[in-house]
Amino acid sequence: MFVYADNAATTSVSKTALDAMLPYLTEYYGNPSSLYAFAQKATEAVTEARATVAACLGAASPREIYFTSGGSEADNQAIMSAARLGARKGKKHLISTKFEHHAVLHTLKRLEKEGYEVTLLDVHEDGVVRLEDVAAAIREDTCLVTIMFANNEIGTVQPIAEIGALCREKGIPFHTDAVQAAGHMPIDVEKMNIDMLSISGHKFHAPKGVGALYCRKNIPLFNLIEGGGQERGKRAGTENVAGIVAMAAALKESVDNMEEDSKKMIAMRDKLFAELSKIPHSKINGSLEHHVPGTVNMCFEGIEGESLLLMLDANGICASSGSACTSGSLDPSHVLLSLGLPHEVAHGSLRLSIGEYNTMEEIDHICQVVPQVVDYLRNMSPVWDELEKGQRPHLI
Amino acid sequence: MALYSDKVMDHFQNPRNVGKIDDADGIGEVGNAKCGDIMRMYIKVKDGIITDCKFNTFGCGSAIATSSMATELIKGKSVEDALKLSNQAVVEALDGLPAHKIHCSVLAEEAVRAAVKDYYDKNGIAYNAEEFQIHDCEHCSE
Ligand SMILES: Cc1ncc(COP(=O)(O)O)c(C=O)c1O
Repeated sequence: MFVYADNAATTSVSKTALDAMLPYLTEYYGNPSSLYAFAQKATEAVTEARATVAACLGAASPREIYFTSGGSEADNQAIMSAARLGARKGKKHLISTKFEHHAVLHTLKRLEKEGYEVTLLDVHEDGVVRLEDVAAAIREDTCLVTIMFANNEIGTVQPIAEIGALCREKGIPFHTDAVQAAGHMPIDVEKMNIDMLSISGHKFHAPKGVGALYCRKNIPLFNLIEGGGQERGKRAGTENVAGIVAMAAALKESVDNMEEDSKKMIAMRDKLFAELSKIPHSKINGSLEHHVPGTVNMCFEGIEGESLLLMLDANGICASSGSACTSGSLDPSHVLLSLGLPHEVAHGSLRLSIGEYNTMEEIDHICQVVPQVVDYLRNMSPVWDELEKGQRPHLI
Repeated sequence: MALYSDKVMDHFQNPRNVGKIDDADGIGEVGNAKCGDIMRMYIKVKDGIITDCKFNTFGCGSAIATSSMATELIKGKSVEDALKLSNQAVVEALDGLPAHKIHCSVLAEEAVRAAVKDYYDKNGIAYNAEEFQIHDCEHCSE
């Protein structure tokens, strides 16, 4: 059995998205900037896609949607733009969290090198930032609060509406990286007081390489990419017409089916939590109360994540881990460490992220294979031997 | 995951000589859990020859594969020959390792040396201590 359980990494392109985009690759391939009637089809498609995306996010106007090459670019532009705007007013302090995606964290690092100050908030043991902590971090010179909607590794959802209300009250621009939430959770930028928001098509069944930045109309936006006048001068480069059309179609489909899909995904997710928790000395990472429908992240003591993934791969299961060996660095993932997990425990992490295309049969296969593999690796592990003999204390 | 050679995948998926030797003549353990790799090597020695060798490893795919290969390479060899096992020889026998996994082969070499040292200690065999220095991983000893 082949089971794709890595939907937080990327998803397959849906039939709806593919059907929507194909004509713009083959028939209506004109450049939207061209004058002749033939290119009009492409222009109209982009206009329509913008309106669809705006509606799906609850934006007041399609003019607040800027298409980008993906989530990373949208995050970069939102942060760099807010920082530049802040500097003009003498405000050079930004607030974020310790467990953001690197698209956010590395951009903030760059700003720090340029003389900005950054406060990275704790996300506590449950992977949820506290409103009080945000409030306490706000200063006179704060120019941006950027806090992710849902975390990509552990799936915890942040109190976005509350943070939005707080930032609005204080008059501070609020950006959220909603790459893992878009299409999977209700988003309303108006009701939630979100000023800027990033999404990425390939996380909800559109192709890779297309995303969008929502930017409220009263917030000035600076370019990351200079060139032609596309995207009302805020993002140069010939539009990825087919990708944009596909993203709008995929987002609309995901939003239309959200209620039904999330019910199905939550049932699968909860089965995984219930079954895999039976493995002794295992731990669920992140609050269950504030959680996206599809992501399961657990640690199994006494084993290492990469060997777990390779064994799962041999059993047809695609998953991911936050172990050092899979991150290509010496440390396990910054997300798991931000929860206060010791390195020893974080090395043994497993992320399974399911989508609406998964089936209960696939979940059963995972529930059967994971305990066997964990057992096998533990038997091979000298650490497990010591843990079992009481020569080393169990950490979980 | 085309990260590893077929040889590495073979030794990862079908590791040779996994387990413990209850009456081992030498046991060596290197690495630590914080770094994510621990290897424990057991050897049985008769008339200066390693007659049996087993391992337990906690770690990534290449940590398991290098342990497995190291046991294969020293089994049946004299203790002196086992000490000559270099990490490079383990890497070559596995048809190469990605650059960031070379440290696993170093651990395998050190696990063998640690087991031999334990054997020497237990049997009162003199040796030059300098040749048995284990390189502490800088990252973990911080
Ligand atoms: C939370 C989060 N932000 C940003 C990104 C980057 O998106 P993209 O791959 O479209 O650049 C991802 C996906 O990798 C993500 O999960």
